[in-house]
Amino acid sequence: LALYFHSGEREEKCIIEDIPTDTLVVGNYKVQSWDIHKHGFLESAPGLGMFVTVTSPNGEVVLSKLYGPQGTFSFTSHLSGEHIICFQSNSTRFAVIAGSKLRIHLDIRVGEHFLDESAIQAKDKVNEVNVRLEHLIEQIHHVTREQDYEREREEKFRKTSEETNSNILWWAIVQTLILISVGIWQIKSLRDFFISKKLV
Amino acid sequence: VRSLLLAALLGALGAGGTELTLELPDSAQRCFHQELESGTKITLDYQVISGGHYDVDCYVEDPNGKTIYQETKKQYDSFSHHTELKGVYTFCFSNEFSTFSHKIVYFDFQVGDEPPILPDMNNRGTALTQLESACVTIHEMLNAVIDSQTHYRLREAQDRSRAEELNGRVSYWSVGETLILFVVSIGQVVLLKSFFTEKRPSSSGAGT
Repeated sequence: LALYFHSGEREEKCIIEDIPTDTLVVGNYKVQSWDIHKHGFLESAPGLGMFVTVTSPNGEVVLSKLYGPQGTFSFTSHLSGEHIICFQSNSTRFAVIAGSKLRIHLDIRVGEHFLDESAIQAKDKVNEVNVRLEHLIEQIHHVTREQDYEREREEKFRKTSEETNSNILWWAIVQTLILISVGIWQIKSLRDFFISKKLV
Repeated sequence: VRSLLLAALLGALGAGGTELTLELPDSAQRCFHQELESGTKITLDYQVISGGHYDVDCYVEDPNGKTIYQETKKQYDSFSHHTELKGVYTFCFSNEFSTFSHKIVYFDFQVGDEPPILPDMNNRGTALTQLESACVTIHEMLNAVIDSQTHYRLREAQDRSRAEELNGRVSYWSVGETLILFVVSIGQVVLLKSFFTEKRPSSSGAGT
């Protein structure tokens, strides 16, 4: 696996994936724990597991499972938006040992549907092209979904900007009216006050 | 739409990449490491999507700990490098200069050049068939689509974040200013009235 990062024993590390609806997300991870005696990361740590939690944009938990030290998880989004994928190890034993850390290798693939390589090899050339073309069509559907999602977001963005614009206009008018009426009230109030004090 | 046709046709062969979006809390640093061979081309693109002044510190270190790239308070950047040493390369994003704004940072770390989609495209004797050259064209165009979509998605996310922040600020300050307006104007009248209201027994002629 490619990229890795470090995490504390009980620390939760999260990444954000902003994806359209009906998208398959597949993640591969491997976790290693630090061995104080060997001053290195163990190749595999028995008993070490990883809680993978995926939260959908409206707050509901889509996936929450305990996997082993190495594993693959996947989920399909039913809503478009920011999905949060969190990793937390299940170790309760090493909590007291200071300086304990974990190395988490991670690889996340969004929107890919894996090509069944074996199905391609078995058939002849024409079928191979067929299978690849079907895969290509699926990928292009994903592009379309991303574009639809982009359209949704741009609309939300435009609404926010227009709301800001009308907010500014409305508040400017309101404040001007308040200013004028308060000014009139001030003068009237002071005039009545001075008259009552027989200064005017 | 990450590594579209490439992964489809070839699986991961030498080239690869990771793109992640993460939240960087204030005064925090997040580091990522990858083991690389020498002579590989790596590219790191990053962009801050939301938070504060939309900037972040970033540095990249080679296996010997030497800093090969360092920038402070950048909003987005792209960094390419040909690795000379084999070993673990580290890149880190730091929000340590910020005390209260957490940032959302997107980065794309590409390793290796993309191999051609047809395995023996460059060194075969005959010309490509129509089907094969159509495939190559589709592949190149889809790569352009991926890049374009990612670019626009990030820009839109950042602009929307700014617009929402602006909207919030306009609302709060409008309400605040209205309150201040009331407080100050009523206060002025009360204060002025209090100047002419003597509480001392010996009046200074201003009453009666």
